[in-house]
Amino acid sequence: MLRSWIRSAAALAVVALVAAACGGNDSSSGGSSGSGSPTEIKVFAAASLTAAFNKIGQDYTAANPNTKVTFNFAGSQALATQIQQSAPADVFASADTTNMNKVRDLVGSPQNFASNLLEIIVAKGNPKAVKGLSDLSNPDLKVVLAAPDVPAGKYARQALDAQHVTVKPVSLEDNVKAVVTKVSLGEADAGIVYVTDVTAGSGKVEGVDIPNDQNVPATYPIATVKASSHQSQAQAFVDMVRSDQGQQVLKSFGFLPPPAS
Amino acid sequence: MTVTARRPRRRAATASARAGGPILLVVPALLAVGFLAIPLLGLLEQASWRNLLHELAQPQVLVALRLSLVCSLGAVAISLLIGVPLAFLLARVEFPGRNLVRALTTLPMVLPPVVGGVALLLAFGRRGLAGQWLDRAFGITLPFTTAGAILAEAFVAMPFLVITTEAGLRAMDRRYEDAAATLGAGRWTTFRRVTLPLIAPSLGAGAALCWARALGEFGATITFAGNLPGTTQTMPLAVYLALENDLQAAIALSLVLLVVSLAVLIAMRDRWFPTA
Repeated sequence: MLRSWIRSAAALAVVALVAAACGGNDSSSGGSSGSGSPTEIKVFAAASLTAAFNKIGQDYTAANPNTKVTFNFAGSQALATQIQQSAPADVFASADTTNMNKVRDLVGSPQNFASNLLEIIVAKGNPKAVKGLSDLSNPDLKVVLAAPDVPAGKYARQALDAQHVTVKPVSLEDNVKAVVTKVSLGEADAGIVYVTDVTAGSGKVEGVDIPNDQNVPATYPIATVKASSHQSQAQAFVDMVRSDQGQQVLKSFGFLPPPAS
Repeated sequence: MTVTARRPRRRAATASARAGGPILLVVPALLAVGFLAIPLLGLLEQASWRNLLHELAQPQVLVALRLSLVCSLGAVAISLLIGVPLAFLLARVEFPGRNLVRALTTLPMVLPPVVGGVALLLAFGRRGLAGQWLDRAFGITLPFTTAGAILAEAFVAMPFLVITTEAGLRAMDRRYEDAAATLGAGRWTTFRRVTLPLIAPSLGAGAALCWARALGEFGATITFAGNLPGTTQTMPLAVYLALENDLQAAIALSLVLLVVSLAVLIAMRDRWFPTA
């Protein structure tokens, strides 16, 4: 009852808006669809891919001068939600398979293109002498993690749980880069991020390795978005990421090859 | 007809001009109303009313709600404690740089809250200008604490109280104070028995505005205080994060904030829309 009332009210309001818009600006028709203007594809990518994808984006535009690449970097869980809400994405690169699966019906077939490992991030010089995961349970240490819905947060929790380490984080950040920020600003003493984030944030931070047997590898899948109206350009970007050239860039930023399947 | 129509025609022309004016206004005004109202309708339309109570009874929702109340009321308390004296000085005392101080006080109203959060971090963070001193001298660190969240909210919300109170003080008829003084009332008695009751409506409105702004604070809070349920994750932060995995919880939280905003608006209607 209430819902149908709201619906009709909304419909009325939309009609009023459209009518007003039609009456208001006949002059604005004909807009911006110049034929020579370059295509733009929007790549929604996990925050941890920021540096590497910016480089691949440059290479892509160099190879396809008529296609411009715009990135939306955020936590994969936020990007998946945005795609579910019909955000105009052409490509989605997630830091885990869980969030890729969340949009399974909305994307083409996902392909793994990289993997990553966790590392403890501390201030330059490691003033608190953090040696491993078990040190993070020290209550005097301000530890920041990514929120449990963020892939990095989920992996970090898996790693801590496997070692039976109980951490009381002081903040659960919305994406992995925010964890790096809090440590590089000195607000937090330690955090768990990807190896690649420590590489990218070098200068103010350094990494403490997590041994392979305690680490949780992150797998990055990429897919084109079905609703995209630039399928070929989107596929070209995916191909670029998976090409030798793209893999070389990812490697230079510290990413590992995707798990052999 | 054509001969005698001179006078009526002129009258008709003015009438159509009168009617034409409103149409020029009505079209953009309708756009404005639609633009402002449709998002709210969207929120209401998507809400699952049957599950609303269930969503609101989720422990994390209650925790965020409680924390929001604590933080926003804390921010109002700080604002009353130091903002009202500031309003008095600004309204009553001529001092060099008064306009500068007023501009500075108003700045957080127009500053993007995230910028406020960054500024707070660089000032009151552990390595910040004042923060490192706080840390060394008292072992106090504000980021990631509820106190930090209160501080962030107060930073953004206090100007609303200061500005409204100052306006009330300026609009007040000071002869009542003079009369009280003539009748032998001391400064404190005059303030308590005359000034305060006279500016009470401004003070109330300022506090309500300040509270509503503090309750809705997002940018400065998440930037400065971080996000931890029960400690710094206030309602707006919970809405933002819930949106990423649980749309219905986000809507339920949003509805609570919407209701609170409406309540403030209704409580303040006489003040803000005196003719209506």
